Amino acid sequence: MSEQVQNVMSVRNLSKVFKSGVFKPKYTVAVQDVSFDIKPGTIISLIGESGSGKTTIGKLILKLIKPSSGKIYYKGKDIEEIRNKDELKEYYKKVQGIFQDPFATFNPLYRVDRIFDMIYDSFGYDKSNKEERIHQVLQDVNLVPERTLGKFPHQLSGGQLQRLLIARALLMDVDVLIADELISMLDASTRIGVLNLLVELTEKKGMSVIFITHDLNLGYYISDESLIMYKGRLVESGDTKKIYESPVHPYTKMLFNSVPEIGKRWDPEEEFLPEQVIKDVEEFYKENAGKGFAAAGENHYVLYSID
Amino acid sequence: MNETILEIKNLKAYYKILKGEVKAVDDISLEIRRGEILGLAGESGCGKSTLASTLISRKPPLHYISGEVKLLGQDIMNMSKEEFQKMRLKNISIIPQYALDAFSPTKKIRTFIADLVSEHGIKPDEEFFEKVKERLDFVNLDHSVLDRYPMELSGGMKQRVIMVISTILDPEFIIADEITSALDVSSQRFVATLLARLRDEGIIGSVLFITHDLSILYQIAERIMVMYAGHFVEIGPTDEIIGNPCHPYTKALISSLPRVGIQYKDKKLSGIKGTPPSLLNIGEGCRFRFRCPYAAGECEETPQREKINDGHYIACWRWQEIGSDSNE
Amino acid sequence: MAKEFWKKHENLYYAITNKKVIFGLTIFILVILLAIFGPMLTPYEYDEYAGAPYSPPSRQHLFGTNIMGQDVFTMTVYGLRTTLIVGLIAGTIATIIGCVVGFLAGYYGGSWFDEILMSLTNIFVVIPQLALLIILSAFLEVRGIMVMSIIVSATAWPWLARAVRAQTLSLRNQDYVNLSRISSLKVPRILREDIASNMFSYIFMSYILQFNGTMLATVQLEFLGLGPTKGISLGLVMQNAVNWNAIQLGMWWWGIIPGLILTVMITALYFVNTGLDAAFNPRLREM
Repeated sequence: MSEQVQNVMSVRNLSKVFKSGVFKPKYTVAVQDVSFDIKPGTIISLIGESGSGKTTIGKLILKLIKPSSGKIYYKGKDIEEIRNKDELKEYYKKVQGIFQDPFATFNPLYRVDRIFDMIYDSFGYDKSNKEERIHQVLQDVNLVPERTLGKFPHQLSGGQLQRLLIARALLMDVDVLIADELISMLDASTRIGVLNLLVELTEKKGMSVIFITHDLNLGYYISDESLIMYKGRLVESGDTKKIYESPVHPYTKMLFNSVPEIGKRWDPEEEFLPEQVIKDVEEFYKENAGKGFAAAGENHYVLYSID
Repeated sequence: MNETILEIKNLKAYYKILKGEVKAVDDISLEIRRGEILGLAGESGCGKSTLASTLISRKPPLHYISGEVKLLGQDIMNMSKEEFQKMRLKNISIIPQYALDAFSPTKKIRTFIADLVSEHGIKPDEEFFEKVKERLDFVNLDHSVLDRYPMELSGGMKQRVIMVISTILDPEFIIADEITSALDVSSQRFVATLLARLRDEGIIGSVLFITHDLSILYQIAERIMVMYAGHFVEIGPTDEIIGNPCHPYTKALISSLPRVGIQYKDKKLSGIKGTPPSLLNIGEGCRFRFRCPYAAGECEETPQREKINDGHYIACWRWQEIGSDSNE
Repeated sequence: MAKEFWKKHENLYYAITNKKVIFGLTIFILVILLAIFGPMLTPYEYDEYAGAPYSPPSRQHLFGTNIMGQDVFTMTVYGLRTTLIVGLIAGTIATIIGCVVGFLAGYYGGSWFDEILMSLTNIFVVIPQLALLIILSAFLEVRGIMVMSIIVSATAWPWLARAVRAQTLSLRNQDYVNLSRISSLKVPRILREDIASNMFSYIFMSYILQFNGTMLATVQLEFLGLGPTKGISLGLVMQNAVNWNAIQLGMWWWGIIPGLILTVMITALYFVNTGLDAAFNPRLREM
C-alpha cells in the first residue's frame, strides 16, 4: 500500500472489454491486464498505434468509461469508489485531460472563455480575481489574453486552442494531466512550442503527465518513462532511454524500424511487411513461454509471453 | 532521364467565399521530370492540396485559375472535359487525401473497384480483374480482399487497394495527396516504400508526393519543394533541402523536427512562433515575414525566385545575408 | 454594420436568401394571415344560413355555399384556425416529448434507463396510430382543442425521440462533451448547452415536420368524425362535403377548396424544410 501512496497514480491489471450488439453481442478487448505507476512530477509516454488501447486507458483514468476489471488508484485511493458528486468534483479538480482534436474539444457555439467559466462554476474557485488569474495563465502559455478571450473556437488556430486547454489545466493546478495525442493535429512548426510548454510546466508545477502518442520521436523527446502498447497489452515499459536504445519486444523493434526520421534512411533492401509483426510476436511469445511480464534490465520490463 | 513530364508555370488558384478571395495557390511554378518522386511539403493550409485539386479537377469553388500547366506537352488547363477525361488514369492519376473514407460500407471491394473504373470508361471484365489480382500480389494483399467489405480491412490495407486502383493503367504521372497521414507508423513505411517500388518497377512514371511530414519525404523523394501560405518557398534535391536549407522557413521547419536521440532534457528544440496568415484577401509581400526572425523592410515586397545552385531555388530576399548561421 | 451581422450569422443569411425558403414561407404566411384575418373579412357566422344553397363561388360567397346555405369561405377560415391551433399545440408537445426522451436516452445510451425509455418509445411506435386515435377519441366524449392536441401528439413523438436519441449518441462522444464532463458540469447543463444547442437546426426542422404531421393527423381524425365535438374544422368541412355527396352533386367548391388550402400549406412547409436543409448544411449550399 505504501508504494501506491508514493505514486500519484497506479494502474493495476486494468482491462476493458467493449460489448456491441444486444442479441448476438460482440466483444472487443480494448485494454487487457495493464499495470503501471506514475510518479509525481514526471512525464510518462503511452505509445501505440491505432487500436492499441492507449486512448481507452486515458478515458478510464478520467472516469469517462468504466473498467471491466482491474483497479486505478489515485494517491492510494481506488477511483471506482468515487461515486458521489462532491468526491468526483474533488477528483476532477486534480486529474484532468486534454483531448486529441482541439477543434472538437470546444463547443463551437460558445466563446472560448467557456472552458474557464465551467471550472469556476463547478469547482467553486474564488471569483474575485478570476480575470487576473486567467490572464496570468494565458501569459504562461504564451497567449495574448486580448487576442484570445472573447473569440469563438473557429477564429483561433489549433495551436492556440491547445494552449488554452493547457492554460485551463494550469489554472486548476492539477496533479495528473492526460494529454491524448496532444499535438498530432498540429503542424510541425507549432507542435514543438506546445510540447516544450508542457515540459516546462511539469517542471515548474510538479504535475505528472500521461502523454499518449503514436509518435516515437515525440515520446522520446519529452518523457522519462515509456509504455509501449500493442493490441491492448503493455508489451514493453520502463526507462525511455533504455527502451529506445535496446528494444526487446518484436513489436517495439518494428516500431523503431518503421518510424520515418531525418538523417536515417530506411533500408531499401530490407523486406518490410507490417503484417509480419503478428507472426513475429507469436513466435516471440512461443520462444519465451512461461516468462510472462519480466524485467529485461533495471527499470526495463518486457512482455515475454502471454500464457 | 531529364525529360520534363509536367510543367507548371505561374499557377494561381483562388477560392471565392462570402467574405472575399482566398489565395490558396499563388504563383507556383515547378517541373516534374520523368521517373522522379517530387515531394511537396508544407503545413496545413499552405495550398498543397489545392494545387493537387487544381491539376486534377478544376472544379468550383476554385474560381480563379491562371497560369499554364503542361502534361506531356499538352496544356491541360484549357482542355475540354472529355479530352481531359481520356488522360485520367492513363496519363494522370491521383491518390486522394480522404480516399480511405471513400469506400461505401455496403459494397464489396470488387464491386467498389468495378463501379469506380467503369466511371472512367474501363470495362471491369475478367481480364481487368486478372490485372487487379496481379497488382494485389505486388502490394502484398491476398486476392480474397476483393470479396470482403471495407469494414474488414485495416487503414493500411484500404490505402493499398486505393493505390492498386489508381495505378491500374500505369499512369505516367500520379499525385499522392497525404496518403500516409491517416496511417499507423508501420503502414506508413510500407505504403511509402511501395510508392517508390511502383516507380522503380516502371509501373508509374513520376510522382508528386504531397505531405506535411518532411521525414517521410526524406525517405523516398528525390527532390523536395516547400510551400508556405500559398507561396513557393524553396525547391531542391532532398539531401540539400534537409542538409543545407537556405530559406528561414525551411530551416525552422527542419530544426523543429524531433528525432530519436534528442531528449528535452538534453537539447530543447525550437518551433516557429505564431501561426500562418489567413489567405483571405492577402496582400503583397513575403508571407512568412510575420513569423520570420530575419524579416526586414524589403520583405514587404513579394520575393522573386532565385537560383542558389543547380536545381536549388529559393524565394527569399535575404537568404544570402542569413547564410548558414543558424544551421545547428 | 449589416455586413458584420451577416458574417456572424451565415446560416441565417443562407436561410433567408434560399429560394425555396422564401417561396414556402411566403405561402405559409399567407395561409396564416388568412386564418387570422379571414373571420374578420366575412359578414357571416360559420353555422348560420348565409345565402342561397348550391351557389358556386361568387362575390358574395367567395368559396360558394353548401347544401344548407352555409358560406364555405367562412367555414374554411374558421376551420383553418382550429386545425392550425391543434396542429401547432400537438406539434409542440410532440417535439418537446420527443426531444426530452431522445436526449435522456441518448445521453445515458446503453444504460437500463435508456433501455426503459426506448422500450416505451418502441411500444408507441408499433401501436397503429389511427387505431389508437379512434379508441382514445371514442372514450373521450367531449373533446376540445387541448384534448385533441394531446391525442394527436401521443403518436407523433416516438419517431422524433428515436432520431434525437441517435443524434445525441453521436454528439455524446464529442470531445467537448467529455470536457464538460471532466469540468463536473451538471447533466441538464450539458444536455442544454452541448447537445441541444448543437442540434438546433435539426430540431427546428423536425419541428416543422412535426407540425405538418400533426396537422395532417388532425384533419384525418376530423374527417373521420373524431375531431373536436364543438365548433368547426377543416376536416369537418370536408367530411360534410363527402357525406352530402358534394362532388357528385357538382358542388366541387365545398370539399376541394378547403382540401386544396391544406395541401398548399403542407407543401409550402416542405419547401421551407428542404430549403433550410440546404441552408444549414454547407455541403448542400448553392454557391
